[in-house]
Amino acid sequence: MGARVIELENVSYTYGGGELLSDVSVHLQPGSFHFLTGPSGAGKTTLLKLCYGALAPTSGRLSVFDQDVSALDRDQLALLRRRVGVVHQDCQFLDHMTLAENVALPLMVSGRAESSEQDNLTELLGWVGLGSRLEALPPELSGGERQRAALARAVILSPDVVLADEPTGNVDWEMSQRLLRLLIELNRMGKTVLIATHDLSLIRAAKSQVQARVLRISQRKLQLAGADL
Amino acid sequence: MTRPDLRNLLRGDTRADRVVPPTGYTAHLTLFVAGAMAFLVVFALALSLASGRIADRWASELAGAATLRINAPSEQRAAQTEAALTVLSQTPGVASARALTQEEQAALLSPWFGPDLPLDTLPVPQLVEIIETEPGIDVAGLRLRLGAEVPGAVLDDHTRWREPLVDAAMSLRRLGWISILLIGGATAAMITLAANASLAANAQIIGVLRLVGARDGFIAGAFVRRFTYRALFGASVGTLLGMTGVLLLPEASDAGGFLTGVGFQGKDWVLPVLIPILGATVAFFATWAAARRKLKELS
Repeated sequence: MGARVIELENVSYTYGGGELLSDVSVHLQPGSFHFLTGPSGAGKTTLLKLCYGALAPTSGRLSVFDQDVSALDRDQLALLRRRVGVVHQDCQFLDHMTLAENVALPLMVSGRAESSEQDNLTELLGWVGLGSRLEALPPELSGGERQRAALARAVILSPDVVLADEPTGNVDWEMSQRLLRLLIELNRMGKTVLIATHDLSLIRAAKSQVQARVLRISQRKLQLAGADL
Repeated sequence: MTRPDLRNLLRGDTRADRVVPPTGYTAHLTLFVAGAMAFLVVFALALSLASGRIADRWASELAGAATLRINAPSEQRAAQTEAALTVLSQTPGVASARALTQEEQAALLSPWFGPDLPLDTLPVPQLVEIIETEPGIDVAGLRLRLGAEVPGAVLDDHTRWREPLVDAAMSLRRLGWISILLIGGATAAMITLAANASLAANAQIIGVLRLVGARDGFIAGAFVRRFTYRALFGASVGTLLGMTGVLLLPEASDAGGFLTGVGFQGKDWVLPVLIPILGATVAFFATWAAARRKLKELS
């Protein structure tokens, strides 16, 4: 892995004639922990989507694992996404499949759904506290369970980076602390973590547990808010 | 499509196939279209094969024979018949020639005039049946010689009758095959529409699969296998019903003519078995093309 996992240089993104992000430059180093904050609609989700190639920058240069994302075709982007675990705010599950099947989806699409991986799946679901909910369907899960399942799915391929978009948006304080602890644990395993959140209390709670860098988006531009907030 | 892509698609993966929800109106549409089209193909195939058989039969039955008609006054008819038989016996390409008896001529006319026809009181010409050898007779040369030696003789080599009949049968056969091609095209179009609708309806699922790193081949494969199996099942049922319908048609008979000859004979019965396989193949390629196009649109 290079010295920079994700690097944006003067990246702008325009949609429908309006500029959502303007001249953003930032880099994430391996093993670092970042919070991305800012008011609702500031462009946090857009920035995250750019980072895993769901959106392409209108201008500027975006590289992930030293690969220029704009130059990748759809299949190469798919391979890149296997190295970037994403936790969506709305989790994005397939409602007709069980929790275990949803979490194992990355294994399935990457052709690694063999039995040895099933042990890892069970272990992982135990780690996020969902070992007893394997056969549950997503609509049967609570908000916290869905977020933990989304986190398990994001890390099942052992990605180098974990991007989480408002992971605590739909859960109570206790559950948000539990999710934060899981994300910090992943960071201690060497994963680069970027959490987009507007919840400043979450950032303050993390302060005592992890060395985090806080990025703030305001008026379409990115500002470094420093280690403390 | 690369060879590994094709291999993966054919091999299938029941777990991977589960990513596409198993229900939806496109499932019923695909089953119905494949079944109905297969049913129609069975009949088009039966018609085409029957036409082909008739064309072959008419061509072969009439090709090796000719008829000589002797229109002469009754007192000269026997002499001219004798002279014609002499000429025919000396003509290269004639295997045999014989004058029809009165009973045989009466039998030929009985469908029109009834069985009690007093042939000897009517000016009915004498008919001579000619059987040819390969490669047949020189019709123009024989006509010239008969014109000189048997003035009342008219040679009919059946070309006038045979060609339009064979042409009609061949046209019917061509129409049968064109119908099969059109049905195949219509099936491909309908399955493409169904696949497009299914892909559009499942755009959110495609988004999730992409989020977790699925390549286009994986996503397309899940949809392609689903539609291929549905088409195979639908076409199998349609073919079975069609074959049952053909089996229930009346047996071929002279009285019934062409209509009773529509059906399969001998090894022809193998051909309908290929219809479900062809249906599945059409569905496979139609869905594959639709999926690739739609996935490009959705990116």
